[in-house]
Amino acid sequence: MIQINCQGLALGYDAALVRGLNFSVSAGDYLCILGENGSGKSTLMKTILGLQSPLEGRVSWGEGVKAQEIGYLPQQTQAQRDFPATVWEVTLSGCQGKCGLRPFYNKTEKEKARLSLRRMDMEHFADRCYRELSGGQQQRVLLARALCAASKILLLDEPVSGLDPAACRDMYEMIDSLNKKDGMTILMISHDMEAALHYASHILYLGEQVFFGTCKEFVRSVPGRRYLKQKGEPYGNDA
Amino acid sequence: MGMMLEKLVAYWAYPFVRYALAVGVLVALCAALLGVTLVLKRFSFIGDGLSHVAFGAMAVASVLNLASDMPLVMGVTVLCAVFLLGAGENSKIKGDAAMAMFSVGALAVGYLVMNLFSVSSNLAGDVCTTLFGATSILTLSKSDVWMCVILSALVVLLYVFFYHKIFAITFDESFASATGTNAKRYNLILAVVTAVVIVMAMNLVGSLLISALVIFPAMSAMRLFHSFKAVTIFSAGLSVFCAAAGIVVSILAGTPVGATIVTVEIITFVLCWGIGLAGRR
Repeated sequence: MIQINCQGLALGYDAALVRGLNFSVSAGDYLCILGENGSGKSTLMKTILGLQSPLEGRVSWGEGVKAQEIGYLPQQTQAQRDFPATVWEVTLSGCQGKCGLRPFYNKTEKEKARLSLRRMDMEHFADRCYRELSGGQQQRVLLARALCAASKILLLDEPVSGLDPAACRDMYEMIDSLNKKDGMTILMISHDMEAALHYASHILYLGEQVFFGTCKEFVRSVPGRRYLKQKGEPYGNDA
Repeated sequence: MGMMLEKLVAYWAYPFVRYALAVGVLVALCAALLGVTLVLKRFSFIGDGLSHVAFGAMAVASVLNLASDMPLVMGVTVLCAVFLLGAGENSKIKGDAAMAMFSVGALAVGYLVMNLFSVSSNLAGDVCTTLFGATSILTLSKSDVWMCVILSALVVLLYVFFYHKIFAITFDESFASATGTNAKRYNLILAVVTAVVIVMAMNLVGSLLISALVIFPAMSAMRLFHSFKAVTIFSAGLSVFCAAAGIVVSILAGTPVGATIVTVEIITFVLCWGIGLAGRR
């Protein structure tokens, strides 16, 4: 079942970064978006989220999916690092989109936040201060917040940037289990080739030559081979 | 001590003292509530910028000899607030530069206009009053006070009603709008309310010291507390205390009201900082 369908997208601000982008994401897919800095990865994600409108083309949603039903893990901003808020306040704010004009959260939403924290194994941190947590723990809290917003699709913008190797692995395992165990569709921007090929089912590569397909196809494709060679990964040689 | 109390009781008999205290406390409360969000959104200097814009508008209004300068000043300030807070990250001129341009530009034009067309004989005194709010808080009329009470009640109600939304757009605006919160609408409300509070606050501390009312209580509260709710409540309480203490001290010691309030804010900030450091050890 197709959940997100992008047709003839051209992305950018004044000048287009990418043109003629066609791809679709089905339920349960794990899509990694790769590409050099400035190739339009974050812009694509903002366009899918409706934060920015495309220069050309359109993003359409499959049946039963609303634009507001997707969870989003943005890159952390500088302001958040010293923000005075408890883990509970941050997580609960993930439910805000469902509130409409209602000023306070209801029981269902609080329960949802509690379950999301438990799923991320952060329940006992609920009263702790967000800014005093480690980078990996902060990402888990933000992931719990994203889970509050949606249960079908997660968009992750470089979820492991700035984490140490152990926290990195931990984060990847968590995302993988959300994909495999909870059946969530994952769209992830990443620089980490190795992890992308290890975990993802599909790759979208943005660059001079755009590629979209499964991991296996990517390794054999022209942009894939070039990219792997540049990165000096071993996969480039045996493909 | 007894003599000070006597003096205070004697002053309390004058309505203008009671008015000043009421308006001071209310404005401080509103400024502190907004301050938490503005400081965290990296808009600490918006109080400064907007109050200079209000100063410029006030100068123009007084030269035009308008019966009431309030509508013009309020209108211009609200427009600027909407522009500055709403321009966001994608605009060509970055937020802080735009704010600095508005602030300095309005200050200069305001002073120039006053200088060229002033009807008053005491120009330096007029300018000093608008910048430092030297005496205007002691010359409030009953209708000024009621206006201030109504506006403050509105600000507090709006803040409580939109509290969770304000938290969401302060902590992470792009997440909020991606998941269905109308961040633009709430930013607009925030901008309008900020402008209203700043125009109100000009009476109290004047143009130059408004930033202090916005920044200090929030910064003090952040030294001590680590939840958004606690920071908000404490900064509101602290701000009310500082304003009341500052006004009482300025009456007893005959010091300028605005500067005295800010000095009390500075002292409490240092105290909170010290307690915060000691608590961490």
